[in-house]
Amino acid sequence: MGRVLLYAFLLLMAGFFLLPVYLVVLTALKEPAKITLETVWQWPHPPYWESFRTAWEAFRPKFQNSVVLAVSATLLSALVGSLNGYVLAKWPFRGSGLLFALILFGMFIPYQSILIPLFQFMKSIGLYGNLFGLVLVHVIYGIPIVTLIFRNYYSEIPDELVEAARIDGAGFFGIFRHVILPLSVPAFVVVAIWQFTQIWNEFLFAVTLTRPESQPITVALAQLAGGEAVKWNLPMAGAILAALPTLLVYILLGRYFLRGLLAGSVKG
Amino acid sequence: MRDRILAFSVLLPSLLAVGVFVYGFIGQNLWVSLTDWGKDPAQALALRPELRFVGLENYRELFTGFVDVRFRQSVVNLIFFTLFFMAGSLGLGLLLALAVDRAPKGEGFFRTVFLFPMSLSFVVTGTIWRWMLQPQGGVNVLPTLFGLPPLSFPWLATREQVLVFDWNHLPFYTALAVGLVLLYVAYAAHREGERRRFLWALLSAGVLFLWAFTLGRGLKLLPYPETHGFSLALVGVILAAVWQMSGYTMALYLAGLRGIPVEVLEAARVDGASEWQLFRRIIFPMLAPITLSAMIVLGHIALKIFDLVFAMAGLDYAPTDVPAIYMYLLAFRGNQFAKGAAIGILLLLLVAVVVVPYLASQLRKEVRR
Repeated sequence: MGRVLLYAFLLLMAGFFLLPVYLVVLTALKEPAKITLETVWQWPHPPYWESFRTAWEAFRPKFQNSVVLAVSATLLSALVGSLNGYVLAKWPFRGSGLLFALILFGMFIPYQSILIPLFQFMKSIGLYGNLFGLVLVHVIYGIPIVTLIFRNYYSEIPDELVEAARIDGAGFFGIFRHVILPLSVPAFVVVAIWQFTQIWNEFLFAVTLTRPESQPITVALAQLAGGEAVKWNLPMAGAILAALPTLLVYILLGRYFLRGLLAGSVKG
Repeated sequence: MRDRILAFSVLLPSLLAVGVFVYGFIGQNLWVSLTDWGKDPAQALALRPELRFVGLENYRELFTGFVDVRFRQSVVNLIFFTLFFMAGSLGLGLLLALAVDRAPKGEGFFRTVFLFPMSLSFVVTGTIWRWMLQPQGGVNVLPTLFGLPPLSFPWLATREQVLVFDWNHLPFYTALAVGLVLLYVAYAAHREGERRRFLWALLSAGVLFLWAFTLGRGLKLLPYPETHGFSLALVGVILAAVWQMSGYTMALYLAGLRGIPVEVLEAARVDGASEWQLFRRIIFPMLAPITLSAMIVLGHIALKIFDLVFAMAGLDYAPTDVPAIYMYLLAFRGNQFAKGAAIGILLLLLVAVVVVPYLASQLRKEVRR
């Protein structure tokens, strides 16, 4: 009896989580003229693949923007984070603990509190509306979380390894290159997944700092769905396109995804 | 020595970047919030606007000015959104974790299903739920598939409010709420036998209550009554937010449940404890620290919620307004930069109230170790 109730509850909940997905897919596969509110849950016969083509054409430049943005910002911020983490974990100096805490503070601020000066600054250096301006912003505001993950990871590497390499005559970068980097793969994976999902999904900076030609897909989707006259098959196909990359990351690399989630759960 | 200098210079660019983009910009934002930037349209978009210092005028206007009634509703919305979103995500997350923990078959499947919305953008979630919650479609016609009558709740389109109160009574209610929290602190201190803390908490609560019931009642923020309440259009936004985040609390609770030693549970069972007693005396107390961290994380998300509301209802829909939306509207649509900056500072303070005590206690714990 208890078993039956348990599985009934689990299935009900799975329905709650999956029904929206089902509705999105079937709406995206409907002919615009056939989307009526009464038949909203009916599967289309035959499926109308055309909306995906239209949506893909409409969203392709934004999708490309998102790819360029998320990939380059993720790579840069992983690099920055691993160097910072290396310094803080293996080359501490007087006051480095305090500096680390000051860096971490940047993780918790609501970005609304720096948005206006940031907007003015980007305009004054001519990077407003430029995709690389947005890359820069994501790398900078990503510093706290990536530094935290790499520092914690490198703290686990025994100091004796670093010491031994130093006695063998390796310098700062030599140790990084030959001792630290080869051991860093898991940390890089966690940081890359975390930053990629965060940056791909980000909206506030993107909507404030881009022009139409440099918009990532989240901004384009929000604006398309916000328009009143639009038929729902397009926003739904767009939502699938916008969700697919991070969803794939989650399905293929879920274990690491969770680890990043638990490490960076208070990030802004 | 050369290596030490090298190490510091590797860290330096990040330090400078954080120094300018976090601390410098917060300082600049604070300054902007104390000026009249945006009052004069000619100055608003100038490259080098002439700013006049006006003190706390922008803050005063937000809380008591005639034109900013939308800001006050957005604050009330934020309070209700935060409360119900936290309660919903924690409750559903705990239920899911308990169920998944007991399900021998399909555990991995259910976990994956409950957690996948976490990987989506709030914009995607918002777009999907905006469609789900169309008044004549989606969720509302779902019962008809089973031969039941359709639901008639208009979700996002409703303008109804419940729990309506007069803004002028806000100081009174705030004092009451803080007083109750202090009473609880006093009660906890009493149980732990900390006399000093007990007396202080009791005394502060008493002073607050005294103030609330004497001066606090008579305090008038506005010269006229202005009603605000829990806007029912938020129910849909809360539903979408819980859909997205309860998998996360489930993951946290699941990790916590796995951390409870089986021997402890076995020993309690041998001693004749009922299932309910197991929960009450062992499982819930052991999950309490997880609940606290989850509350911090969820509260942090709720206070700066922006993209979800933007995607579900847009910028110009007052019933679902939250401060982050109103801030964006003022600053980037209306060029009222000073007032927008003031809202930014208020959000920072709110988040600090939630996060700083938590970080401090975490830090103390680490030092003690």
